[in-house]
Amino acid sequence: MTSSTTTTSYSVRSQQWREFWFYFSVNKTAVAGLVFLIGVVLMAILADVISPHSPTEQYREFAEIPPAWMEGGQMRFFLGTDYAGRDMLSRIIHGARLSLIAGCIVVLMSASIGVLLGLVAGFRGGWVETIIMRIMDTIMAVPGLLMALVLVAVLGPGLLNAMVAIAITYTPSFVRLTRASTMTELNKDYVTASKVAGAGPMRLMFISILPNCMAPLIVQGTLSFSTAILDTAALGFLGMGAQAPLPEWGTLIAENRDLMLSAPWTVTFPGIAILLAVLAINLMGDCLRDALDPKLKRS
Amino acid sequence: MFKFLFKRLLVLVPVFFGVTLVAFGFIRALPGDPVEVLAGERGVSPERHAELMAKLGLDQPLWQQYLSYVGDVLQGDLGTSLITNRPVAEEFFELFPATAELAICAILFAVILGIPAGIIAAVKRGTWIDQGIMSISLAGYSMPIFWWGLLLIILFSNTLNLTPVSGRLSFLFEVEPVTGFMLIDSLLSDEKGAFKSALHHLVLPAIVLGTIPLAVIARQTRSAMLEVLSEDYVRTAKAKGLSPLRVIAIHALRNAMITVIGLQVAVLLGGAILTETIFGWPGIGKWIIFSVFSRDYFAVQGGLLLIAGCVMVVNLTVDLLYGLINPRILH
Repeated sequence: MTSSTTTTSYSVRSQQWREFWFYFSVNKTAVAGLVFLIGVVLMAILADVISPHSPTEQYREFAEIPPAWMEGGQMRFFLGTDYAGRDMLSRIIHGARLSLIAGCIVVLMSASIGVLLGLVAGFRGGWVETIIMRIMDTIMAVPGLLMALVLVAVLGPGLLNAMVAIAITYTPSFVRLTRASTMTELNKDYVTASKVAGAGPMRLMFISILPNCMAPLIVQGTLSFSTAILDTAALGFLGMGAQAPLPEWGTLIAENRDLMLSAPWTVTFPGIAILLAVLAINLMGDCLRDALDPKLKRS
Repeated sequence: MFKFLFKRLLVLVPVFFGVTLVAFGFIRALPGDPVEVLAGERGVSPERHAELMAKLGLDQPLWQQYLSYVGDVLQGDLGTSLITNRPVAEEFFELFPATAELAICAILFAVILGIPAGIIAAVKRGTWIDQGIMSISLAGYSMPIFWWGLLLIILFSNTLNLTPVSGRLSFLFEVEPVTGFMLIDSLLSDEKGAFKSALHHLVLPAIVLGTIPLAVIARQTRSAMLEVLSEDYVRTAKAKGLSPLRVIAIHALRNAMITVIGLQVAVLLGGAILTETIFGWPGIGKWIIFSVFSRDYFAVQGGLLLIAGCVMVVNLTVDLLYGLINPRILH
C-alpha cells in the first residue's frame, strides 16, 4: 500500500515536471535566459579560478587602461582597469558572486517570512489576519527603495544590512500572494477531508495547503530575485549597500562615477553585467509564469 | 459611491497609524538618542543633555511621546530640519513640484510610447514586430536606471553635447516661480529661451524615470489587448462595422489605463530618488538622500511620512477613478 502510493505520487510529480519542461523548453528565449544564468552562476562559483587577476590587486602603473580592443588597450586587462589599476573583468566576475548571493538571500528571507505570515493570516483569519495585513499595507505605503534606505540608515550601511532591508520591503507581496491562495484552497474538499481525518493546523498549513500554493510563489520568487539584484545594486550605488572595496556591481558603478567621462568603460561594463543578469532571470520568470499558469497554457 | 469612499478611507486609518509608528520608531531606533543625533559630532554636556531631553519631551514614557508625536503630525507639524532649521513640511512642499513635474513627464513619456507599442505588439501577435517590442520592453524592465542615466549623460550630454548634465534651468535665466512647474513658469515668464532650456533639462531625467513604467505599460497593454481581442463583444463590434481603432480605443484601453498608471506611483517615487540623484534634480528624492547622508533624521522622518501620504492619496484616487469607470468594483 505504502509503496504504491509513493510510486503514484512519484510518477505524478515526474509527469508534472515533464509537462512543465515541455512548456518551458518551447520558449527559446527562456532557455537562452536559463543557459546564460547557469553561465553566470558558474562564473560566480569559479570566480577565483577563472578571473585573470585578483579583484583587489592594484596595478598602479596600469591605471585607467582602456579595454583590449580600444587604442592603448592590453590583452592582459581585457575590459580595462579602474582608477587604481584594478582589472575590471576580475572585479565584475567576483561581483557576480556578491550579486547572486544577495539576490538569493533576499528572496529566501522575504519568501520564508512572507509565506509563513501569509499562511497564518489566511488560515487563522480574524484579528491575526487583520494585524498582519495592516502591517503589510504599512510597508507597502512607503516606496521600497525609500524604506530600504531608512532601514539601512538605522542598521548602518553594508551589504548584509542592505539585504535585510530589501527583504523586508519584499515581504508584503509574498504575504498577500500566500494569503490569497490559502483562502482559495481552504474551502476545497481535500482540505476539509484532511481536517475531518484529524490533521492538526500545522499539517494542514504546511503539508495540505502550501504545496498547492506554490505556482504563483515560484513566479514571484523569480521576479523578486531579479529586482533584488537591481535594488542591491541601487543601494550600493547610493553608497548604502556593499562598501568599497567589495566589487558589488552597483558599488563598482558608484566608485567609478567620477571617471565616467574620462574612462567610460569603468561604468559601462558593470552596468551591462547587471542588465544581462537581470534580463536573463526575467526571461525565465516570464516563461515560468506562462508555464505555471493553467489559464495561459491552453491558449 | 460614498459608502465605497468611506470604506476605503477606513482602511487607510490603520495604515496611517502604522506609518507614523514607523516614522516615530525610526528616530528611536537610531543608534544614540535624538539629542545625540541633534548634537551630532560636537557632543553635548550631561546637564544640557537632560535639559534638551525634557524640552523635547523625551523624558516621558514612550507611549506618551508617540501620542504627542501623532498629535503634532495631525496638526501639520512634522518637525524641524536640523540643517536648515526650517519646518520639514515647508521644505517638502517647496520641492514637491519639481518631483511632480518630473514624474508627470515620465508617465506621459511612458504612456505615449507604451500604449501604442503594446497595441501594435498585440495586433501583430507572434510576428517579429511583437517579439522585437517585447524584447525591448523586457530589457527596459530589467534596466538598472541609475546606470541608464549615466549612460545617457555620457552619450547625449558629453559626446553629442545636446543636453545639460544637471539642474532644471540654465543659470542664465531667472524665472519667477508661479506654479513650481518649470515648463509652465518658463512659458509665463518673458525670458526668451527659458522654456527651451527647461525642456532640455527635463528630457533625459524624464526618459530615465519613465523607462521602467514604459516597459510595464507596454507589456500590460499587450496582455490586456490580447485578452480583450478574443472576447465575443469585440467580434460583435467588429461585425457591426466599427473601425478597428475604435474597438481598441473604447474597449481595450479604458480599463487598462488607470490601473496601469496607479500601480506606478510607488515605483515612480522610488525611481525619483535615483533619477534626481544622478541628474541633480532639486526634488524630493535628492532632498531625502541628502537628508539621509547629512544625518538630518527629522527631515527623513517627515519626508517618509509625507511620501507615504502621497502614495496613499494617489492610490485612493486611483481606486475611486477605477470605481467610476468600472461600477462593478463599487459593490
